[in-house]
Amino acid sequence: MTNVNDKIKEFNKNNEVVLYMKGNPTFPQCGFSSTVVQILKHIGVNFQSYDVLQDEELREGIKNYSSWPTIPQLYVKEEFVGGCDIIREMFESGELKQYFDDKKINLVVE
Amino acid sequence: MGMKVDEIRNLILKSIPDAKIEIKDLAGDDNHYAAIIKSKVFEGKTKVQQHKLVYDALEGKMGGVLHALSLTTIIDN
Repeated sequence: MTNVNDKIKEFNKNNEVVLYMKGNPTFPQCGFSSTVVQILKHIGVNFQSYDVLQDEELREGIKNYSSWPTIPQLYVKEEFVGGCDIIREMFESGELKQYFDDKKINLVVE
Repeated sequence: MGMKVDEIRNLILKSIPDAKIEIKDLAGDDNHYAAIIKSKVFEGKTKVQQHKLVYDALEGKMGGVLHALSLTTIIDN
């Protein structure tokens, strides 16, 4: 039985951009999660999301994994980028788009 | 549950004595706040590290007892 840390490591390895959130992109269950989903959609980045409300072990495990106490959490190429405050701040300053460019994550520009 | 503004302020000051703190109560339910914290300790640290300093100061209450604290950290140079 893989432990939750290995499960998270696997998720982060198999997906370039991963968002651990409450609910899913179509039905976010928390304002902070919804904010990050909107930002990622606005920037046009594809991402894999995991609903921590469906998996209590994941909900606690992800907090220990990055020693970050809240949800949502965004990971890009296995690196923890931040929660809602940091993603919003990076987005508003233009830093987030730059970050994705630096990480060679292609953006779908409508 | 939740926390009072002074409780949050005192906990932060205990770990970050030079912090200049502004806390806004967003919902009046002791559970939803926004805080702007200015301190020298943030110098040379990433945003994640800066916010972790504040979460650590709150001694594990963040995300549990205290549901929502939107953080803005500013380097006091």
